[in-house]
Amino acid sequence: MSAERFIDFVYDEAWMLDQGRFAEWIELWEPDAVYWMPLNWNQQDPINETSLLYEDNFMLRLRVERLQGARTFSQKPKSRCHHVLNRPRVEELREDGAKIVTQCHYVETRLDEQMLLALTIRHDLKVVDGQIRIAGKRVDILNCDAAFGNIQLLP
Amino acid sequence: MEEQTLRDTVNRVIRPEQVHRDVYTSAEIFRLEMKHLFPNCWVYVGHESQTAKPGDYITAQIGDQPLLQVRHTDGEIKVLYNRCPHKGTKIVIDKAGNTGKFFRCPYHAWSFKTDGCLLAIPLKKGYEGTGLEGTEAAKGLAPVGAWHNYRGFIFARLAKDGIGFEEFFGEALSSLDNMVDRSPVGRLTVVGAPLRYMHRCNWKMLVENQTDTCHPMVAHESSAGTAVKIWETMEKPADAPKPPAMEIIAPFMSPYEFFENMGIRTWPNGHGHTGVHHSIHSDYSAVPGYYDAMVEAYGEERAQAILGENRHNTVYFPNIMIKGPIQQLRNFIPLGPDKTLVESWIFRLEGAPDELVARTAMYNRMINAPTSMVGHDDLEMYERAQEGLMADGLEWVNIQRLYEEGEDFSEEAVLNGTTERQMRNQFDAWKRFMIGGAA
Ligand code: FES
Ligand SMILES: [Fe+2]
Repeated sequence: MSAERFIDFVYDEAWMLDQGRFAEWIELWEPDAVYWMPLNWNQQDPINETSLLYEDNFMLRLRVERLQGARTFSQKPKSRCHHVLNRPRVEELREDGAKIVTQCHYVETRLDEQMLLALTIRHDLKVVDGQIRIAGKRVDILNCDAAFGNIQLLP
Repeated sequence: MEEQTLRDTVNRVIRPEQVHRDVYTSAEIFRLEMKHLFPNCWVYVGHESQTAKPGDYITAQIGDQPLLQVRHTDGEIKVLYNRCPHKGTKIVIDKAGNTGKFFRCPYHAWSFKTDGCLLAIPLKKGYEGTGLEGTEAAKGLAPVGAWHNYRGFIFARLAKDGIGFEEFFGEALSSLDNMVDRSPVGRLTVVGAPLRYMHRCNWKMLVENQTDTCHPMVAHESSAGTAVKIWETMEKPADAPKPPAMEIIAPFMSPYEFFENMGIRTWPNGHGHTGVHHSIHSDYSAVPGYYDAMVEAYGEERAQAILGENRHNTVYFPNIMIKGPIQQLRNFIPLGPDKTLVESWIFRLEGAPDELVARTAMYNRMINAPTSMVGHDDLEMYERAQEGLMADGLEWVNIQRLYEEGEDFSEEAVLNGTTERQMRNQFDAWKRFMIGGAA
């Protein structure tokens, strides 16, 4: 598969999140894929020290389902998000997948608050039955060690 | 005179079963807390494993006071004000580091031994005959009033005089003991950096919430309730193992009876814990090899006694909470009447299998992170309360559940797990330590 197809996928995924199409977004994920957001700059170990997120399919489903819940008070009113992506860099291209790294500015807002995060996103993508799927995603926040208020959506 | 004003203020805002909203919203009361309450109490500074070698230091704070914890050349830990005696510059500002044999101020290079004593001043002859030796500057970095290393946990009292460490904590230390005893070699080590979560609410709301057992099934229905629902409707083999999210988050949905029966214990001076008889941590699956290591270290009976303790949240007044069964400490750092920084730390049980650290790290990110769904549930409630309290139609916050007239907080008590007695216990201590800690 061409590099362009993978790059388009990264743009499309961000667009999907910005539109709040979380139910569709969760279907992009391989069942054993993990979403990792480290707590430390250059963190190597996601398991034996604290991360911000290290979530399997069950947790991601829970997250997405919760956003729509009738008693999810922290989403009444709802948050919105916005990704501005640099052109994704293809770090590794194979017949059946690719590794992509993307710089991104992420804005999340709710009520009168708005927050800006600078992100480095690493996608591990895989082609399954002709479709591109997410086999893993790592999101590093530039100021990962700063104190944050709520980050409720998915950077 | 000022003491009388302080007494009047404190008496005005605290009643046995309700507290005035000013304790959460008033800038003046916050100022008094920084000036009196925090200095009079024994407050958590850091863990000894963060300053393991001579010259190792961390920055910390008690109330609004900038401090540093450092391991002196002689191996002892010191707690000093992080303030150059010359013109006030903070001596160190990074979270942790090693300063070698001495501190050197980055402004005019006064240097200090790691116990704070003044070591040298460049161009010292400029001070000859000026009487510098008689000033407080000549004494170097000022030590805090007192500090104590309890099984690796460093607590300090800013005030020069006041209640002793043992008297302040008393029997409440049994929760720290249990957390440390869970290591087969009796030693904990801090793992990684803490989660840092900013809350736009008063610090006491967070402390109270640690023993608020009537909120989980309501406020966390969105996360825990949804987890249970997804699990139940998921297609899976009958004997499918529960995902970790179910083991950790789902117990928040336990019914009222569960929390009533788990019990709450209060100790004098504002300390207390939930989970006397059982807790949401009781049913975690066993980690292979751990039990054997414990039996080897302590013998069967003692090992069972240590592991049979399932205390949920232990509050150490004024502002930390520990969870013994999962080796965690949360520090509720007051930054303003409506601003609190929550740091959530985890520990490794030395001599125990790594899987325990993995579970502790997982618990931390699932429950305490700014990205945690459970965290979102809680913070939403605190911030709504902080804003709602500004309403002038009502002035009092009610903490009356299972209140009994004439409650005596100088006695340890074990009660129904949904009582708000621990919150009342905290305010009893608040009242006393605001005015010096006298009984
Ligand atoms: S302020 Fe520290 S040496 Fe001058
Ligand atoms: Fe909660």
